[in-house]
Amino acid sequence: MRRILPHPLAALALLIAWLLLVGDFSPGSLILGVVIAILGSWLLREVQPPRLRLRRFGVLFELVRVVLVEIVRSNFAVARIVLAPRPRAISSGFVRIPLEMRDPIGLTALAFIITATPGTVWVEYDSADDSMLLHVLDLIDEAEWVGIIKNRYERRLMEILT
Amino acid sequence: MNDSDLPLWAALPVSVLLLLGAGLTLSGCIGLLRLKSFYARVHAPTLGTTMGMFCTLLASILYFAVTRSRPVLLEILIAVFISVTTPVTLMLLARAALYRDRREGRDDVPPPGTHGAP
Repeated sequence: MRRILPHPLAALALLIAWLLLVGDFSPGSLILGVVIAILGSWLLREVQPPRLRLRRFGVLFELVRVVLVEIVRSNFAVARIVLAPRPRAISSGFVRIPLEMRDPIGLTALAFIITATPGTVWVEYDSADDSMLLHVLDLIDEAEWVGIIKNRYERRLMEILT
Repeated sequence: MNDSDLPLWAALPVSVLLLLGAGLTLSGCIGLLRLKSFYARVHAPTLGTTMGMFCTLLASILYFAVTRSRPVLLEILIAVFISVTTPVTLMLLARAALYRDRREGRDDVPPPGTHGAP
C-alpha cells in the first residue's frame, strides 16, 4: 500500500481539491482526480517531507482558537493604525526571539501563524543561533513580544508536535 | 441580481459581510500608501488576506447557499489557497528586503544572529 500510495492523506486532500475545482462529481472527473492524486503523492514522496505526528488535539483546537481570535483582533488594530486621520508616530521595529523548538513542521507552523496575523511578520530564522527575527508594526515593548511568541504559540506547538 | 433571488434576512448579512470584508481589504491597501517604511508596508496586505478574505468568502457562501445556484464548497478551497500562499510571499519579500539592506550596510536593520555564529 505504501508503495502505491505513499501519502494517503495528502492524496485524499488532492482528490477533494480536484473535485471541488472541477465542480462536478461525475465518474470521469473522479477517475482523473484519482490519477492526479496518486501522481501527486508520488511527487511528494520524492520531496521526502518530515513525518507529521500530532498529539494533544485539545491543545491543537485551543491553538486554532487563540490564533483566530488574535487575527481578528489584530485586523482591527492594524486598520485603526492605517486609517488614523493624523498618522501617529508608530515605532515599528525588529525583535530577535530565541526559540527552543527545532521541529521543522513546528517552525513552519509558527512562521505561518505569525505572518498570517496582521501586524507581525516572521522575517528570518537562524538555525545556528536558534532564533527568529520578528518585525512588529506597533512595537512598544520588546520583552513583551518574546513572551507572547513563546507562551502563546511556541509552547503549544511543542506540546502538539511530538 | 433579482430581488426575488435573495430574501431580506439573507441579503442583510451578505451585505454587511461584503462591506466589512471590502472595507478591511481597502484599509490594507491604504496602508500600503500611508505606512512609511518597506517593513511596515509588508504588514498591510495581511488585512485583505485574512479577515477581508474571510468575510468576502462567507458572504459568497451565504449568497450561493441561499440562492442554490452552485455548490458552496469552492470558497473553502479559495480560503486554503490564499492563506497558504500569502505568508510565503510576505516572508520572501521581507527576507529579500533585509538581505539587500544588510548588503548595502544600512544600520537601521538588525545584523544576522550572533550568539551561535563563529
